[in-house]
Amino acid sequence: MSTLAHVFEAAGLSTVVLASMRDVVERMLPPRALYCEFPLGRPLGKPADPDFQRDVLMHALALLEAEAPVIADYPEVIVAEEVPMACPVPALLDGDLPPCVEEAQGLRAAYDRALARRGVTSVGRVIDADGVPAALEVLHRWGRGSTWTEDPLPGKNTIAVCLDIRTYYEEAALELVDGPPPGGRQVETWFYEETEGGRTLMAARGALRDQEAPFPFWFYMAPGHR
Amino acid sequence: MSGDQAMRDLAAGMPVPEFETTAFTTPSVPLGEARVAIVTSAALHRPSDDSFTATDTSFRTLAAGDRDLMLGHWSPNFDRAGLAIDLNVAYPIDRLQELADEGVVGEVAPRHFSFAGNQPDTVAEIRLDSGPACAAELVADGVDVVLLTPV
Repeated sequence: MSTLAHVFEAAGLSTVVLASMRDVVERMLPPRALYCEFPLGRPLGKPADPDFQRDVLMHALALLEAEAPVIADYPEVIVAEEVPMACPVPALLDGDLPPCVEEAQGLRAAYDRALARRGVTSVGRVIDADGVPAALEVLHRWGRGSTWTEDPLPGKNTIAVCLDIRTYYEEAALELVDGPPPGGRQVETWFYEETEGGRTLMAARGALRDQEAPFPFWFYMAPGHR
Repeated sequence: MSGDQAMRDLAAGMPVPEFETTAFTTPSVPLGEARVAIVTSAALHRPSDDSFTATDTSFRTLAAGDRDLMLGHWSPNFDRAGLAIDLNVAYPIDRLQELADEGVVGEVAPRHFSFAGNQPDTVAEIRLDSGPACAAELVADGVDVVLLTPV
């Protein structure tokens, strides 16, 4: 974003960056930046909180009054919460299916409601919702000894498939919870730590690492700190 | 260590593009008369658009009325649920329209733009190619002020 700010200003546009990493913005010195220490992925801070978002925008736009390059701090810090979102997962009934496959099938109705309500889904990078159970079945086998070279993954690209699976779970889960929006990373933590799908993904990731698959193939299947 | 702190620590140790000077354009009109656009690095795109590839340095165009947008970003290292709940948490298009309706800003630009935040360290193609191309589109639309939102 700071790079684009430099490029845009040189073209005669006035810019304000909502910066999310202070060390980076201090080195890149864009013309005007409001450092917002919010959960990464939420540059306006709080979803479904128009008043808060408006206040962030007002602080940012106020920097247009500056007569020289400026980096200011938004006065409120929001720390991402890493406690899992409280969300029930379907009870597993059929012992013949891998638990992750049955779980994913059980979430389908919630996913469909989410899609109907929002009108759009971010699932579909390389597999759609119909493909999630089959992809999880392959990840399940990877975690139990099959190899990525001999047991191909539908959608092929491990990073993209894992993003589709995670997004499927997250969009479905948001239909199953009430109350205020979960904090930054609470839904991520729920997926990786509380669901069979997340645990299956992490086991497959570890198996690929042990099989000495190329680093990007397995590392970016999940957040780097996991 | 938390995921966000791990990412901020990682970024602090990574090289960044260096600019010898900071270009600085003073707005030519008061904010209440300015046409404002949003440029985000959330890799948002319409379902009918080409999706972002893992090394995509190009941008997608978002019409001011578009709300059915997909998150095409390739990094697993940030919260994605916030955007699923409320597009405005990264792309504050409704908030901007409200500010225009109140007269705080002049008007909302007809087009907004989306890049992918996962980029190589040098971001050479964005500096030299797609960034200036996007700037030209903004200038062609008569935009005065650009709000940049990172993901």
